[in-house]
This record gives sequence, C-alpha cells and structure tokens, in this order.
Amino acid sequence: MTPVEGAGLVALLAVVLYAIFGGADFGGGVWDFLATGPRASDQRDAITHAIGPVWEANHVWLIFAVVVLFTCFPIAFADLSVGLFPPLTIALVGIVLRGAAFVFRNYAADEAQFAQTLTLIFGVSSLIAPFFLGDAAGSLASGRYAWLSPFALSIGLFGVVLCAQVAAVFLLSEVPSGPVHDDFRRRAIRVTLALWLAGLIPATIAFLSEPRLLAAFERPYVIAIVTVAMLAGILVMILAARGANNAPRYAVGLETIAILAAWFAAQAPDIVPGRYTYTDAASPTSTIVAFLVAVACGAVFLIPSLVLLFAIFKRPVPAPPPR
Amino acid sequence: MDHVIAARAQMGTSLAFHIVFAALGVGLPLLVFIADGLHLRTGNDAYGKLARSWAKGMAILFAVGAVSGTILSFELGLLWPTFMKYAGAIVGLPFSLEGFAFFIEAIFIGLYLYGRDRMSPRAHWLTALPIVISGPVSAGFVTLVNAWMQDPTGFRIDHGRVVDVQPLVAMFSKPWATEVVHTTLAAYVFSGFGAAAICAYALWRGDRRAQVVAGLRIAMTVALIAIPLQILSGDVSARFDAGDEPEKFAAMESRFVTGDRAPLTIGGIVEPDQHRDVGAIEIPLGLSFLVGGTPTTVVKGLDDFARADWPLVAATHYAFDSMVGCGSTLFVIALAWFAYTVRRKPLPKIAFPILAITGPLALIALEAGWSVTEFGRQPWIARGVLKTSDAATVAPGTDIAFYGFSLIYVLLGAVCWWLLRRIDRHPGAGDRLPAGASPAAT
Repeated sequence: MTPVEGAGLVALLAVVLYAIFGGADFGGGVWDFLATGPRASDQRDAITHAIGPVWEANHVWLIFAVVVLFTCFPIAFADLSVGLFPPLTIALVGIVLRGAAFVFRNYAADEAQFAQTLTLIFGVSSLIAPFFLGDAAGSLASGRYAWLSPFALSIGLFGVVLCAQVAAVFLLSEVPSGPVHDDFRRRAIRVTLALWLAGLIPATIAFLSEPRLLAAFERPYVIAIVTVAMLAGILVMILAARGANNAPRYAVGLETIAILAAWFAAQAPDIVPGRYTYTDAASPTSTIVAFLVAVACGAVFLIPSLVLLFAIFKRPVPAPPPR
Repeated sequence: MDHVIAARAQMGTSLAFHIVFAALGVGLPLLVFIADGLHLRTGNDAYGKLARSWAKGMAILFAVGAVSGTILSFELGLLWPTFMKYAGAIVGLPFSLEGFAFFIEAIFIGLYLYGRDRMSPRAHWLTALPIVISGPVSAGFVTLVNAWMQDPTGFRIDHGRVVDVQPLVAMFSKPWATEVVHTTLAAYVFSGFGAAAICAYALWRGDRRAQVVAGLRIAMTVALIAIPLQILSGDVSARFDAGDEPEKFAAMESRFVTGDRAPLTIGGIVEPDQHRDVGAIEIPLGLSFLVGGTPTTVVKGLDDFARADWPLVAATHYAFDSMVGCGSTLFVIALAWFAYTVRRKPLPKIAFPILAITGPLALIALEAGWSVTEFGRQPWIARGVLKTSDAATVAPGTDIAFYGFSLIYVLLGAVCWWLLRRIDRHPGAGDRLPAGASPAAT
C-alpha cells in the first residue's frame, strides 16, 4: 500500500466513523424533533441520556476527517472548500446550534418555555446539519459542485434518513425494554424501509440526469458494495423484527460502511470527480508518512480512551445513585 | 463587503469568540481537579459543591468551545483555501496531533461529567486528570501552527507546489517555545482570574457560602502563580520579536525610527502615515533597556521596512499596550491579595469589587494579546510567503456568512452568560442530567 492509499483509507475511516457515531447523534436529534404521542417526553429523555456523555467525542470524528483532508489532500480541500462553501457553511450553522442547544437544554430544563425553544432548535438543526452534509457529499460526487441540483438535494434527504436509521437502531440497545423501547423498534424497521425509498430517489435522478455518475456506479465492484449495503438494510429489519437488541447495530454499521465505501469506490481514483485524483491532490510523501505515524501514535491513546468511555456508560448504574 | 475583509472579519470574530472558550477549556479543568481533589482529601463538602458547580460551567463552556472549534476547522478552508492549499501539507501534523489531544479531552469530559455515579470518587476524580493534561497539549499544538505562520519554515515552493516538506522542522519553527508558553499561561491567567472574579462578585453581593470563599482562594492561587510567569514569558516573547520579527516589534511599540536610546512609548494616537505617535507617554531609554539591558541597544523602527510590509501599526500598538496594562494591573492585584491572605488577614470590603474586575481585565489581556500576534503579522498570513489578501476565498456569500455567524456568536455568548449566572444562583440547575441514571451510551 502506498502512503497516498493509506491516507485515502484513513479518510474513508474518518468519514465512516463520523457517519456512524455523529450520524447516531444527528439521528437522535431527528427523533427528538419527531417525538410525538403520550411518550414524547420519555422518548426525549431516552435520547438525551443516550447521547449526553458521548456526543462531543462523536463529533471529533468530523474534525478528524477535515484534518485528514487538509493534511494529506490539501489541494482537494481548498478546491471543495470554495465549491461547497454554501452547503458546508449551512451545515456548520446546524452543527453549532444543535450542540449548543443540547447542552443549554440540559442546564435549563426547569425553564419550560426556554427549554421548549431549545428543543425546537436542537431538532431543526439536527435535520439541517446532516441534510447539508449529505448535500455537500452529493454535489461533490456529481462533479459539478451543484449543491442545489436535484441529485445533491436527494442525497441530503438520504443522509437525514440514514442518521435517523442509525439512531433508532442504536437506541434499541440503549433503552431498557418498555414502551419507549418498542417505539424505537417500530421506528427502526420503518425508517429502514424509508431509507430504501430515499435511496431510490438519487438513483432515479442519477439515471435521468447524471450519466457520468451512473457510469461510475456501474462498475462491478461498486455494484457489489451497493448490494452489500442493501442486504445489510434487510438484515437490520429482520433482526429488529425478531426482537434482537444488539445485533441490528452491527448490521446498520455494515450498511453505513458499505454505503460510504460505495461512494468512495465509485469516485476512485478521483477525490474530486473530474478535477483531482488522490495522487494529484496529495501532499508530499514526507507529510503523509508523518501523518500516518501521528495517527498510529494517537491511536495508542485514543482507542483505550474510547473503549473506557463506551464501557463505563454501557454498565448499568448502581442503584440508588449516591448524591 | 470586499471578500478579503469579509473573510478576515469572520475569522477574527470566530477566533475572538473561540479563544475565550478554548482558554477556559485549558484552565477550568485544573480548577475542578484541585477542588475535587481537596474534597477527596479533606472531606469538606464546600469543596465538593464548588467542584460540582465549576464542573457545570465547564460542561457548558466546553461544549460551546467544541462547536466553535469545529467551525474554525472548516473556516480554515472555507475562508482561506489558498492558504490551506499550501500550508495544509506543512502544518497538518500539529493539527492532527491537536485532533487527538482534543479527542482525549472530549472523551474524558464525557466520563467526568456523566460518570460520577458509575465509579468510585477517586476514580471519578482521576478521570479529570487527562482533561487537565490534554487541554494545554491541544492548545499548544494549535499554537505551533500560529508560530509557523510567523516564521514559515520546513518546505520549499517549486513551480507553485509545496515540496521538500519537513513536518517536524515546520512544527518547531523559531517562535514555537515562546508562543506556546505565553499562550498556555494566558489560558491559566484568564481562567484563574475569571473564576476568582465570579466568586469575588458573589462575595461582594453578600453570598458568603463556604464554597464561594474556597473558590476565590483556589482560583486566585492559580492566578497568582500564573501571572508573574506570564509577565516573564511576555518579556522573553517581546525580546524574541525585537530580534526575529522586528517589524512587528516596532508596531507593538509604535517605533518609527531606528536607533539607540529608544524610549518606551505608551498609548498616544498612532498616525502611521505621519510616522508618529502623538501624545504618547515616553519613558526615556525605556525600550532600549527592555530589549538589551543598556541604553545603547539599537531598536529597529518601521522606517527600515517597506511601507507595504508594515503591520497594522495602530491596532498592534493599542492591543499591545492593553495587554501589558491589564497584565501589570492583574499582577498588582494578585500581589495585594496574596499579602492579605498570607498574613491570614480578612480581605477589606473594597477588595471584592477590585477582584471582580480582574475577570474583565484578564479577558481584555487575552484578546489583546492574541490581537498583537495577528495584527502584527499583517499583511502576511504566512510571514514573507503569502499575503492575507491572496489567501482569502473567492466564493460568493462570504459577507452573509460573516453576519450570520456573528449573530450566532452573540446569541451563544448571551445564553451562555445567562446559564452560568443561573448555575451560580440556583445550585440545583442541571443536576437532573449528570446525576440521573443514564441507561447507556451510543
């Protein structure tokens, strides 16, 4: 493996981890926004408890992805920063508002009116951020930076539904059994169906108006990866319907990996389709090697810390909680 | 709005906002760690209450710092694509390391804030330690990038492409040590005086709870240690600038002519076009003495440099004087506090409002100090290599983005302030969540 390929894989890894963990966070916000019925407030509590300790760590994956990009592929980073200025700026506004609203809400829960406003901001910005990140990905993939094109917008929608799916599936293993748990089980199945439909829209648009993109997806290995993604989606539904709590999250993880890998594979060897290949946009080898060494060293600290974080919050709380 | 101005305005606003939260992200964990540690050791509940109250503030401030930092990581490209196109390959290494350090911070913030009921008090206390360490480490890595912008090194440009990159050489450019030390200490100075000021304000208003008294003492101790070190490090930094970045130094001191027996120029109205600083206080021989220890030390003036390469002279000079003025005042106040405390004398009533203004003074010093670096480096984004005006984005809509983000910062700042005041006054606020039984994590 060349250093450039290694850096490309690290970039894919960062995007995948952000899509799964950051996606689960965004999706939590989406379900917070959609919380309805007699259990709306219980649903919100479940979401708050699940994402509270981990949302900040989950969003570092985005920073990590940005850093990989500008360190190893700065020419592509500069190019897409100009081309994708509008959707990325809007996504940023969403990211800022949702993070702030989430924390503010936790510390002002007793001010009903204020907390309600924050809940609304949290929900709406949780829709905006993944929509425009998806839109940015779609406009990048189209090779034209056409962020208002039907294709880019349809990928934005797909992104929101994907986040909602990941979140619903993750909440299955987080929420103790009961009515709220059952709510999320129903939602996990329905939203997976919705994801299938949401996936058909960009596929149709690509068929009608993006011949280049369609051609990229017709390569056999890309078709194979897309098939894996679709099968993983079916698996999510089957596992959720049969009452499994933990297994669906692995299926949804596989599905997310496959979706993003299909995107990367369809674009390869281009990092910015039609403009730069990975090699064109790459930093000098010395930079990439130094970066990969830094990632290896960083991982030595990061991985045990992450394991500790998730392990601690996986354990049930000793009752009664000491005050 | 001109696109370069818009890009600079947005970057400046974002950094001015973020630096407050970033500095507190370095300093507050230390205060929490000390208070929590004292609680463990003495069993005195005042320390426990103090640690919990500060931890709530830390939770809110850290979250705002994290999201505003995310904005900045994007803004590097969104606003300065040409800069990142060249610099990304060169300074990506410290940014990457900063990413990991920040990751560790975010993870342990989650563990500390939400893990109280899930581990022993001692283990819980120890989860704050990685935050105490990774805070300054991540801030230090970011500062290394700023140091490189003052002295771009470790690469060559060949046919418009960056070649021969030596990432470690670039990471440790000449000003690295002075800048990292000065920036890190600034974070402790600001956090110490900031927290002390809040406690002093509460005491002034008659809130005599034991945790407020303890908070003032812990925060002032941190500030008392940090401020003299900061003044020393400032002196080293200024002398470094006099030697290695003389045009910045001349702007800081609003010095136009080159020569020995240079006076120290304080304040005044800087008129760069007339090459003068009207009405400034001048301390004869002061500058030559500060730079070289003798009146015969020659200090370079701006006239030695092409007018087009001058920094923003007036802004740099005012920022520098504000920083030094506030820093010196803080030092005097800290010494006075120490004089009372070490002799176990109770503080007179007038001490509380004075201690309360150390917060705003430390804030001005922090913002002004950072401004000196940035204004003083102009017109360059990477000194001598790339002009700021050539690095800005050409994407349309930068002015809308600037207004939009400015509005968001104002709102975030206001809500943050209001929430922190609330935590101060309603000790129960926010207890619902961190103490609650969270089922598990995503």
